[in-house]
Amino acid sequence: MELLIFYPLAGLCVAFALGVVINNSPVGSAMSLIAMMLGLAGIFVLQQAHFIAVLQIIIYAGAIMVLFMFVIMLLNLKGSGEDASWRSRDKNLLMTVLSGFLVAGLLYKILCVLNSGEFDSPASLPENFGTAREVGTILFTEFVLPFEVASILLLVAMIGAVVLAKNKVD
Amino acid sequence: MEPITAPAIDLVSLAPVLVLSVFGIMVLVTDLFIGKDKSVLVFISLTGLLMGAISSLAKYNLPVHSFNGAYIVDHLSVFFTFIFCISSALAILVSVDFNKREGIKVGEYYSLILFCTVGMVLLASATDMIMIFLGIEIVSISLYVLAGIRRNDPKSNEAALKYFLLGAFATGFLLYGMTLLYGSTGSTKLVMIASAIRNGGVASEPLLLMGVVLLIIGLGFKVAAVPFHMWAPDVYQGAPTPVTAFMAVGPKAASLAAFYRIFSEAIPQLSPSWEILLCVVSVITMFVGNLGAIMQTNIKRLLAFSSVAHVGYLIIAIIAKNSLSSSALMFYMLTYAFMIFGTFGIVILLGRKGDENLEIENYSGLAYKHPVLALSMTIFLLSLGGLPPLAGFVAKFFVFSAALKEGFLILVIIAVLNSAVSLYYYLKVIVFMYMKDPVKEFDITLSPMTLFVIAISIFGTIQLGIFPDSIIALAQAN
Amino acid sequence: MIDDAIEFLEPYTYLIIGSVKALVIAGALLGIVPLLVWLERRLMGRFQVRLGPNRVGPFGLGQPISDSIKLLFKESIIQGSADKFLFHLAPAIVVFTAIVTFAVIPFGDPITVMDQEIGLWAANVDIGLLFVFAISGMGIYGMVLAGFSSNNKYSLMGGLRSSAQMISYELTLGLAALSVIVLTGSLSLIDMVNSQDSYPNILIQPLAFLLFFIAGVAETNRAPFDLPEAEQELVAGFHTEYTGMKFAMFFMGEYINMVTMSALVTLLFLGGWNSYGIPVWPIIAFAGKVGFLLCVFIWLRSTYPRIRYDRLMTFGWKVLVPLSLLNLLVTSVFVVL
Repeated sequence: MELLIFYPLAGLCVAFALGVVINNSPVGSAMSLIAMMLGLAGIFVLQQAHFIAVLQIIIYAGAIMVLFMFVIMLLNLKGSGEDASWRSRDKNLLMTVLSGFLVAGLLYKILCVLNSGEFDSPASLPENFGTAREVGTILFTEFVLPFEVASILLLVAMIGAVVLAKNKVD
Repeated sequence: MEPITAPAIDLVSLAPVLVLSVFGIMVLVTDLFIGKDKSVLVFISLTGLLMGAISSLAKYNLPVHSFNGAYIVDHLSVFFTFIFCISSALAILVSVDFNKREGIKVGEYYSLILFCTVGMVLLASATDMIMIFLGIEIVSISLYVLAGIRRNDPKSNEAALKYFLLGAFATGFLLYGMTLLYGSTGSTKLVMIASAIRNGGVASEPLLLMGVVLLIIGLGFKVAAVPFHMWAPDVYQGAPTPVTAFMAVGPKAASLAAFYRIFSEAIPQLSPSWEILLCVVSVITMFVGNLGAIMQTNIKRLLAFSSVAHVGYLIIAIIAKNSLSSSALMFYMLTYAFMIFGTFGIVILLGRKGDENLEIENYSGLAYKHPVLALSMTIFLLSLGGLPPLAGFVAKFFVFSAALKEGFLILVIIAVLNSAVSLYYYLKVIVFMYMKDPVKEFDITLSPMTLFVIAISIFGTIQLGIFPDSIIALAQAN
Repeated sequence: MIDDAIEFLEPYTYLIIGSVKALVIAGALLGIVPLLVWLERRLMGRFQVRLGPNRVGPFGLGQPISDSIKLLFKESIIQGSADKFLFHLAPAIVVFTAIVTFAVIPFGDPITVMDQEIGLWAANVDIGLLFVFAISGMGIYGMVLAGFSSNNKYSLMGGLRSSAQMISYELTLGLAALSVIVLTGSLSLIDMVNSQDSYPNILIQPLAFLLFFIAGVAETNRAPFDLPEAEQELVAGFHTEYTGMKFAMFFMGEYINMVTMSALVTLLFLGGWNSYGIPVWPIIAFAGKVGFLLCVFIWLRSTYPRIRYDRLMTFGWKVLVPLSLLNLLVTSVFVVL
């Protein structure tokens, strides 16, 4: 039953992720990214992590991507159809073939891992797994230091943004 | 609803982080109330760095683990905290006159350096991959901004943007690697990862190894190891010179500390797999760094390539991963701090507003006009090249002997050869200074702060070269 | 025969009840929209000392029906320069998110039908409030995309404005709600209502109520915060290019959001379906409170002029956000003590 929902969701995620890369117009890419985030949130729900799923939607799909759209619209980026410089990169045949081999090898290895059945035993989840309360508890006990340090990171990022973007003062 | 029981919070072991953050915020707030003269901020930040360095001694009976094994205070972290505080202090000192000259009147400059130091301290003390990630991000974001702080200078903007884009990309690799490590061992704590690998609690060996490779890529970018070094010359060239010196020392030392910690504490069991990889990285880093430096005509780019080469030597210390190599790493970074700040101090002195005199040709005949400066520069460059009796020699000697102890003979031979190659381009600058006629007038303002930095650096370079014992004893105290 | 059928359907009860509830709620919401439009026009008429629609049917009640029919049969025009796919997608997102948000809104205690306990909500999520914020945040995309895909500068400006406005006011909305969450200690809307069985939250959180309501009005893009569609400057904002049913869908979204917002205010601050001694059915109490709030929405619209755009942003960031942070701080301190 879970797999029945998982595979379409995962497929959609991969498809939309591809859409981000392939799409010609920035808005299309951004929309694909949003859809991908939503699919990911769906997978989180499937893993019984409702809280994380909702956070995923609020933060990524809701907050961050809106800013993406904002920037795209403000710059009024339009897809330029065929991007010549993009195409010219294909000419590096050696690199293409090498990276192709690399990706194929990795995929093969991953498939081997998956087929070897090492992941077949789903762990039994504790009763209140994934609730807001549980996430909060972990955040404030086991990961309290990273949680607090993240605020320094955000402060630094904020200062940086202001320094680089503020109007000329001197 | 029962409240969450708060975990044991050991603020004392966090002391340097807290002190530096408080001073960083203090600089920000003070900046609001003062005019264009930012010298008060310099004073505050230097006080902060001094207090930070002192407060790192708050814990004795090392090592002290705290925060559920996410944070550690041990000799490595304390020693590195000292290095960070020294290098940030030197960076601030060389910035004072430079900023006045170039018209960088942003008070946030100093608080960004302080916050960057916070990130570095966290990096050196973190034993949890989430903490390491956060530390790296704090350091990187401060550096992106510092590199681009001259907003009107296209070169500075280019540096910031390149650094930011590539850095963000590398962070992606790093995170992905960490995720795979977490996924296959079930923990983000370095100790738990090590024990999972030891006890066979690994979900999937291939994914684990892939995680390690991605980690090497991510960290390799942060320390500018080849082939992830492309950003270094451009960013070093474009960033304001004090920032260049700063990022060549502190953040690099911090990333190397984290590098060392992850590989020696979390995945030593996998060393047969990553040793060869790191050996290759180390060798090509040395070669590309040294050969690249030979071709440079710009002193900042030359030093960028030379710092790439130095990372190659330092990775050898990570590969060796014995107690000798950790102290070698610390000692090396300390001497490197002095050498680099000395060199860049002179580079800054030679510049003028609008004309930074960064071509090596501009150094022609320096010895006739300013013999002391030329002599200092010679000392720094020879030390960078690893000639006895200067500090650079002792540092290299330690790293190589640590590697020899583990039997990496070929690696050490290659490193020594490279070290000899590197002398070529260091000597080239010296030749220009002593044996060519000046191409133009030197118009040097001998600003006291920068001279002070150069004096300290000279003292450090010679002292550590001739009497390294006491510092080495400190570094080896574990 | 009937027993057989029941037995056959037994394992699927949950599914059936769920779908029926979802259908009923969605249907009710869509049905409410024309009624609301009618109510708004009638009330506006009264406020402005005129009659409002009164020709079609008794009290003009036929008006919404004739309006809907008109809109349904109108020709749908898409100008050539529009991005077709996104142009179609935008109104769908608006209506979809508006309806889905309502899924987690409860409107009464569970009732028992045929030994089956049925909760009066489509979905009981333990993080109901977060879900509301998550989905209503998605609604922004409807407007942004409508503005973008129309390929018209008025639309683009409208879309940008609406998203900027919604992002700014969502902050206040969330912070004001956070005070209530701190009081209740739960993110579940049902728990929140249950915690208010002796007195409604508005008595102890008047400031949060005000902030939430103001931000709610702004979130739904209603006057006096209807900047995205400011006629004088932007023609009609992000839906300038829309016609027919797609045009109507934006309004459906807006009105459903209004209902949702009123329901949320009721649940968070007015005690939900608790009637505090007045002998009415819980569901009637709930509907009464929501209806009252809807009237306040309309009342606001006919009372206040539109705010200038920069004032709107200043008000949001420099007044509402600090106030709500302060309120949250005070509340938390009291809760901890």
